[in-house]
Amino acid sequence: MLSLALAYMRDRQLATGLNMLLLALAVATLTILLLASTQLVDRMTRNAQGIDLVVGAKGSPLQLILSSIYQMDQPTGNIPLASIDMLRRDPAVAQVVPLALGDNFRGYRIVGTEASYAGVYGAQLASGRMFDEHGEAVMGAEVAAKLGAGLGQKFVGSHGLGDGGGAGEHHSHPFTTVGILRSTGTVLDRLILTSVETVWDVHGIAHEGEGQQHGESEEPHEHADEQEAHAEQEHDAQALTESGGQLTPEVTALLVRYRNAAGAIRIPSMINRQTDMQAAVPAIETTRLLSLLGVGIEGARLFAWLLAAVGGLSIFVTLLNATNAREADLALLRVMGATRARVFGTVMAEGLMTALVGGFLGVLIGHSVLAAATRSFSALGDIGMQPWQPHPGELAIFGAMVAIGLAAALIPALRVFKIDLAATLARAS
Amino acid sequence: MTAVLAARDLSKAFGATSILSGASFELQSGEHLLLLGPSGSGKSTLINLVTGLLTPDTGEIVIAGEPMSSLGPTARDDLRRRRIGIIFQTLRLVSALSVRANLRLAQKLSHGQVDDVEIDRLLEALGVAHRANAKPRAMSQGEVQRAAIARALVGRPDLLVADEPTSALDDANAERIAQLLIETARSQGSTLLIATHDQRLRPFIPNSLTLGCSAREAT
Repeated sequence: MLSLALAYMRDRQLATGLNMLLLALAVATLTILLLASTQLVDRMTRNAQGIDLVVGAKGSPLQLILSSIYQMDQPTGNIPLASIDMLRRDPAVAQVVPLALGDNFRGYRIVGTEASYAGVYGAQLASGRMFDEHGEAVMGAEVAAKLGAGLGQKFVGSHGLGDGGGAGEHHSHPFTTVGILRSTGTVLDRLILTSVETVWDVHGIAHEGEGQQHGESEEPHEHADEQEAHAEQEHDAQALTESGGQLTPEVTALLVRYRNAAGAIRIPSMINRQTDMQAAVPAIETTRLLSLLGVGIEGARLFAWLLAAVGGLSIFVTLLNATNAREADLALLRVMGATRARVFGTVMAEGLMTALVGGFLGVLIGHSVLAAATRSFSALGDIGMQPWQPHPGELAIFGAMVAIGLAAALIPALRVFKIDLAATLARAS
Repeated sequence: MTAVLAARDLSKAFGATSILSGASFELQSGEHLLLLGPSGSGKSTLINLVTGLLTPDTGEIVIAGEPMSSLGPTARDDLRRRRIGIIFQTLRLVSALSVRANLRLAQKLSHGQVDDVEIDRLLEALGVAHRANAKPRAMSQGEVQRAAIARALVGRPDLLVADEPTSALDDANAERIAQLLIETARSQGSTLLIATHDQRLRPFIPNSLTLGCSAREAT
């Protein structure tokens, strides 16, 4: 009966193909939405994990979050080096990781930072060691894989944060790859890490003994008196508001992790009110961004289900017409000895196979379109889209399509039970 | 010896119109019968009763010892599947399948298995081996009717029932189909019952039963 169902499908290839295409388009749209939305949320959550606050230059808080955590947008500007010490002295702060941005190598951002940045994402070295001396760099897993770079590989960074958007190459300051990180599934995979001092050197910014100056190796003042620290901060904050615009060593942003909840209450308001810097909370900005995207995603999802319903309706109409047109055929099958159940099964099998092929094609098209889009639009690559990574939700979409196919075939198939063989054969003869 | 087909005192009416009344006849194994009569004489009704597609108002039909008329729909389908092959005037083959696929399906439905050697032998015997892979719509009327005979016989039925098998054919094709029907039925050991108003078949099957316009008398 399965081969008979296939024969009927082959017999009207155009209608069958169009029905499959309709369902495939619906499944593809749903698959794309599912993969894009879940991977986006997953990536955003994972990339922001362990970062309670981002401190940077005044501007859009969302831009600050996008540029500092997700490495997607242009930074809002630079902030004074003294801000690192100011935050590290705060007893409510557990960790401060500075970021100095500005260069890229073949589109991959070069981030001046400290070794602790890799620790934020629990990254481990796949080979080599962390950067230490001037000019040393550690590559993220994806960077190394895509560029085919190995240990000892030398490269020259370009000014700017995107491929081709730079103002020139820094030939006098080549980097040497001393380490390659294991894949973390985070933004780290697509970054090249080096020391902040190296970034300053590359840009010809004079500096000296910065490590000691901003207390890089010092433990936070765990036992400092809260009030004393607060008074110190106010002094520092005043100094920071006055130092803006000077051509001195600066950083782009600071990733901050609190030691306790008191930090979340006090630090952001202190920075926003008393300094020229801004503090942005990743959780708030990410939620805002996702809620904005969510409206579009929900709208598109509704459209996709509508498309699926149209596909189901099309199968229904096609099979209803087909069973009407081949009523005599079905009667002949019954006369040849096929039971009602077998003939019913043949019609149901047509609906099922149409839905199965449509569903399979849809999933394939969905992943392919996403892969093509990821290759074509760098923003998708920037958020770490994995177009071929399957999602359990795809099984649910596939199952829903099968249900639609079966439901659409049910009424035409039930007509088999109503066929009056003698009358049908009399009409046919 | 058990008759392959025994029809006893059959009556059938549709509403107030009596189509058949008291029709009785028997066919032994290998025996052939021509069921003659003009259109509306009740030939097709009788064929439908014999094949279990209709239930008689009175009387009974027994196929190879099994009472067709008193069985339920499912058992009737099963008896028809095992014992009877049917050929119609225009409804001959499943349209979406090739001739060979039609025969394979018929064999599968009848016996649950496929015998390609038997299919080839039948197609050869009926002169349509060269059209084995063609679909019905690509064949001539005569070719399709010969393929339909093969389809009906491939299950090796005890009783082969043909309803107007030659009415749509020209003289040459009608003669050829008649001869093939008789020859293949004989070689298969099947009993043949042909309902027709086509007088061209009379010379091939002398044994006949004529139904009148009112379908009330049998000769």
